[in-house]
Amino acid sequence: MKVKIRFFASLKEQLQLSEAELELSGTPCVSDVRAALAEAYPAIAPQLPSTRIAVDHVFVSSEHVVGPGAEVALIPPVSGG
Amino acid sequence: MFDIQAAPIRLESVYSFLASPRAGAVLVFTGTARDHNDGRSVHHLEYESYAEMALKSFALIAAEMRERWRLEKIAMIHRVGKIEIAEIAVVVGVSAAHRQEAFDACRYGIDALKADAPIWKKELFDGGGEWLANPEGLFKE
Repeated sequence: MKVKIRFFASLKEQLQLSEAELELSGTPCVSDVRAALAEAYPAIAPQLPSTRIAVDHVFVSSEHVVGPGAEVALIPPVSGG
Repeated sequence: MFDIQAAPIRLESVYSFLASPRAGAVLVFTGTARDHNDGRSVHHLEYESYAEMALKSFALIAAEMRERWRLEKIAMIHRVGKIEIAEIAVVVGVSAAHRQEAFDACRYGIDALKADAPIWKKELFDGGGEWLANPEGLFKE
């Protein structure tokens, strides 16, 4: 199944990419998505542990199951305000 | 009133929105670009946002504010793009019957925005730029 990945701020700058498609197998949870991202984008792998994940605009836990077509946003440490 | 916008924030519009015959207090917090940070001189700031989620985040924070305090109106607006020194980057405004609620809720609002809203600040200084991280928003998997 495919999900849409959104990159922002430092990650977007590092990869020179604002969005991408990620192919996943089975019924992946967010931990699986993190592992798949580290493999697909090794340049940002060191930042992933401090990056929050939002699925369809909501912060979710590692156990959250991701469905096909979901929008998975990588949220590096925020600095609004 | 929740907004993410590139255009400068119009305080009169925010105030008009917040003011109400039922309110005895109207409080507007503005966060402005400071010319120094971490021992260095700052030229300007650049903000980026995941707008669709940031607006939902503002609504969530506003709901939390209403759970805790009796309020009239709430406004949360954040600019994106280039912000010059002393310009307003963010506004959190509340109106309430009494000032105690207004002060407490307004503080809660900006603190929560800084912890959770998907908005990022890049600081531009002599020799480069750096994406900052709010201490209240740090995460470890």
